[in-house]
Amino acid sequence: MGTGTKQEAGVKPTSEIKSAVVRFAGDSGDGMQLAGAQFTSTSAVIGNDIATLPDYPAEIRAPVGTVAGVSGFQINFSSESIYTPGDKVNALIAMNPAAFKAHIDDVDVGGIVLVNESEFGKMNLKKAGYPEGYNPLDDEEMNQRFQLFKVPISRLNTEALAESGLGNKDVNRCKNMYALGMVYWLYDRPLDTTINQIDSYFGKKKKMPEVAAANIAALKSGFYFGETAELFPVQYHVAKAAIKPGKYRKITGNEAVAMGLVTAAKLAGKDVCYCSYPITPASNVLHALAGMRNFGVKTFQAEDEIAAVCAAIGASYTGQLGVTGTSGPGLALKSEAIGLAVMTEMPLVVVNVQRGGPATGLPTKTEQSDLLQAMYGRNGECPVVIIAAQSPGDCFDSAIEASRIAMQHRVPVILMTDGYLGNGSEPWPIPDHTKFEKIKVEHATDPETYQPYARDENLVRPWALPGTPGLEHRIGGLEKQHITGNVNYEPDNHQLMVEVRQKKIDRLAKLIPEIEPYGDPEGELLVLGWGGTYGSIYTAVGNARKEGKKVSGLHLRHINPMPTNLGEVLKRFKRVLIPELNLGQLRMLIRGKYLADARGLNKVQGRPFLVEEIEQAIDLMLQGKYGDREYLRPHNGLVRVEDQDYDFTSIDGRSQS
Amino acid sequence: MTQLPILTAKDFASDQDIRWCPGCGDYAILNQVKKVLAKIGARRENTVFVAGIGCSSRFPYYMSSYGLHSIHGRAPAFATGVKIANPDLDVWVITGDGDGLSIGGNHLMHILRRNVNVNILLFNNRIYGLTKGQYSPTSETGKKSPSTPMGSIDLPLTPLSIALAAEASFVARCIDVDKNLGEVLERAAAHRGSSFVEIYQDCNVFNHFAFKHASDKDTKEDNIIRLKNGKPLIYGKDRDKGIRLSGDYKLEKVVIGKDCQEDDLIFHDESDEKLAFMLSRMSYPEFPEPMGVYYDVKDDCYEDLLTQQVADAIEQRGEGSIEKLLNSGDTFEVK
Repeated sequence: MGTGTKQEAGVKPTSEIKSAVVRFAGDSGDGMQLAGAQFTSTSAVIGNDIATLPDYPAEIRAPVGTVAGVSGFQINFSSESIYTPGDKVNALIAMNPAAFKAHIDDVDVGGIVLVNESEFGKMNLKKAGYPEGYNPLDDEEMNQRFQLFKVPISRLNTEALAESGLGNKDVNRCKNMYALGMVYWLYDRPLDTTINQIDSYFGKKKKMPEVAAANIAALKSGFYFGETAELFPVQYHVAKAAIKPGKYRKITGNEAVAMGLVTAAKLAGKDVCYCSYPITPASNVLHALAGMRNFGVKTFQAEDEIAAVCAAIGASYTGQLGVTGTSGPGLALKSEAIGLAVMTEMPLVVVNVQRGGPATGLPTKTEQSDLLQAMYGRNGECPVVIIAAQSPGDCFDSAIEASRIAMQHRVPVILMTDGYLGNGSEPWPIPDHTKFEKIKVEHATDPETYQPYARDENLVRPWALPGTPGLEHRIGGLEKQHITGNVNYEPDNHQLMVEVRQKKIDRLAKLIPEIEPYGDPEGELLVLGWGGTYGSIYTAVGNARKEGKKVSGLHLRHINPMPTNLGEVLKRFKRVLIPELNLGQLRMLIRGKYLADARGLNKVQGRPFLVEEIEQAIDLMLQGKYGDREYLRPHNGLVRVEDQDYDFTSIDGRSQS
Repeated sequence: MTQLPILTAKDFASDQDIRWCPGCGDYAILNQVKKVLAKIGARRENTVFVAGIGCSSRFPYYMSSYGLHSIHGRAPAFATGVKIANPDLDVWVITGDGDGLSIGGNHLMHILRRNVNVNILLFNNRIYGLTKGQYSPTSETGKKSPSTPMGSIDLPLTPLSIALAAEASFVARCIDVDKNLGEVLERAAAHRGSSFVEIYQDCNVFNHFAFKHASDKDTKEDNIIRLKNGKPLIYGKDRDKGIRLSGDYKLEKVVIGKDCQEDDLIFHDESDEKLAFMLSRMSYPEFPEPMGVYYDVKDDCYEDLLTQQVADAIEQRGEGSIEKLLNSGDTFEVK
């Protein structure tokens, strides 16, 4: 969005813009995630508001040059508050034809497309699946539609590093920094943050000063090329955002979960025992915690998902904060053990960084399709607490809340995040740790009064730790007698125990905050969401309200139990829209529990909602165009009632109508 | 300090009625375990029995210590979590041939290779008892059972070979009704690391006399070898038979005084992994089956190494501060 261009003698004109969406795309070995992360750090440090969306393939190295192997990183940076990584791309950096092909459709008309021309040879065009003889860079339509900048980045990088003393392979690996340098110039960003990080990583940590020097040289060369070559007609400038003064850090959801767990354990005077099996996109929670041994954190990479949850329960049994982390398929494997934690009423936190399913599904892409699995995916009547984080930074608070409830109420808590939250990042105002509330956790000690299944006013049974004399008792998966905890198969006792386990969760609702919509307290339409869709929904509702529409928003953190006043809030609105990255799982819960005629916007495309998709659904709801349809789906960013029927026999599934 | 009361075997019994079938080999094992705990001065409060699912896995309910009756096959994983979080507890894992080798085979392998300091008692009755008599991973080929009316076509596993292949640091075998059970359990408890003990256990309802060769008073001494570290492999009621290594590195049964002298026999060496493996491959009726401690070596325990890493990290980086943690990474000031 431009707000003015100034021209001074001898320098290129600078155009002041409010925000921009930049996407780096290349082969998965091209270092695009790194370039994106650097651009993010720099933008955060200079005070823009940011939101990012890494988008990488499931294969570490899919065949080089193919569309399957394209890795992308999108960042939205702004001088205003933003809540999503952006809809349309303003500048695409495409390091090869496959990256160009995979991402060009997302670029705004008139947007910048910077391509590494060196890689647009016959072979690479073929690998990308372009027909023989066709080069999109020569396509007139492409040149008219976009501002296409063809720069032989590979060659220029090699020339710039001719004196570096590095081999060809190592030189070539610096080309991401060359490209990054050009983009830094284009958006008027300083180089020092990246230079410092290259220096401390390659120079100091890895003790490879020559690699550090080459990367820095490539970065600077790219920047100077941007400055001196008559390539870009203008340089863009995005001012600092007016965000609240204070100290911030760039944070991803997975980092925030790790930090939240450690903080919660400390607040409770306990240590974290994080037991996990590597799984995308949850693994870097394990990595982060493994690096925190000096906090007393014990990480255990188990032999499988089941062993991971079992070990976490074992750790909780001895009085520590037992946590397991996973993604959808792993949650499925853990379900029996989670049932045991429900039966034995053991504290347990299960972090589920959701991804596209079912089965292996889309391992690196985001989705919200594990909600009902979290709610019901176990044998027997087996309620657990479910909490959903709504932004990368919010993963910190949610992890503390999940840990607190697990420890104080002796229940398994499933903390739902997703691939987008886990790997996405935002600036996070660093909280004042002195203001954190202690988490009070009591353990049974008195043999005179101890009964394993006696309960307090919240129906919580005592947490008696092995090692405590006089409290020896036996727990397990068989039904237990109320109060005594002895194995018991009596009909009335089972009814009582099933209901007490349910009631324990239900009563928690009274201890969690009531919920109020943002926007007006009542109106025509309530847009209800949960989890990682918060940013898109919040932005869309805000935009609709600016246009005078009577829309409010409500975002659930506590999904089981739900806030006590939710039913009442729903009744204040004529219509309810629930956008979800699944086929309507929260919608089903809301319809079932509150008999509300909620309608959905449901997207399962491995990507977060675009703001404009939700805006369109809001309009269709307000206009009453949903008719009898329970939900609509977006296609290519468009939500159209007439575009909803699949032709399952046609090649692309699109209806011919 | 006040003197802790001395506990007897009875003190380790819980107040629950035992629900194993009358005549089940589990009773003998339960009694021996209680005796051994009393003998070694175990404390009830520091002792945790962790079990999976199956007849044997009801064991924790009958002990007066802490107990966790978990889910099928996963007891080693729970036990690992317990030991990681509190290495001071004495943990016993009770499992069976189905629980430990079929549904939980993976976890058994991994707790052994990590050498978590627990005592694993695998009650091998070569049958699924709790589900009413289906064949198990240790049942002999051809076993007729409700699920294999025409005889099983699976090749059975040898639990000790599995344990040794999984890098176990202590491997032993004994019989539910034999006098050496107590001795072996004591050795297992004393060993620092994963102690794996296979116990031949008679399921008198679904697989009675599966181990008759090894338990029958009149004939067993001809069918088992009682292992003693540093002593030759001699067996037989008259102690006149032995095991020798033949010229082509195969084990052979010999008669002492006739085929060879005592000195020509194999001498048991508990630190010899290859010998232990060879012994584990001896099976009745081709060979007498070795009983006692096959293998016992010192090795680091997982939980000790993990605790050490935590201590090292604190020493190198100082005790973690939440304030520093929150302020780590890419930080910046907004003014």
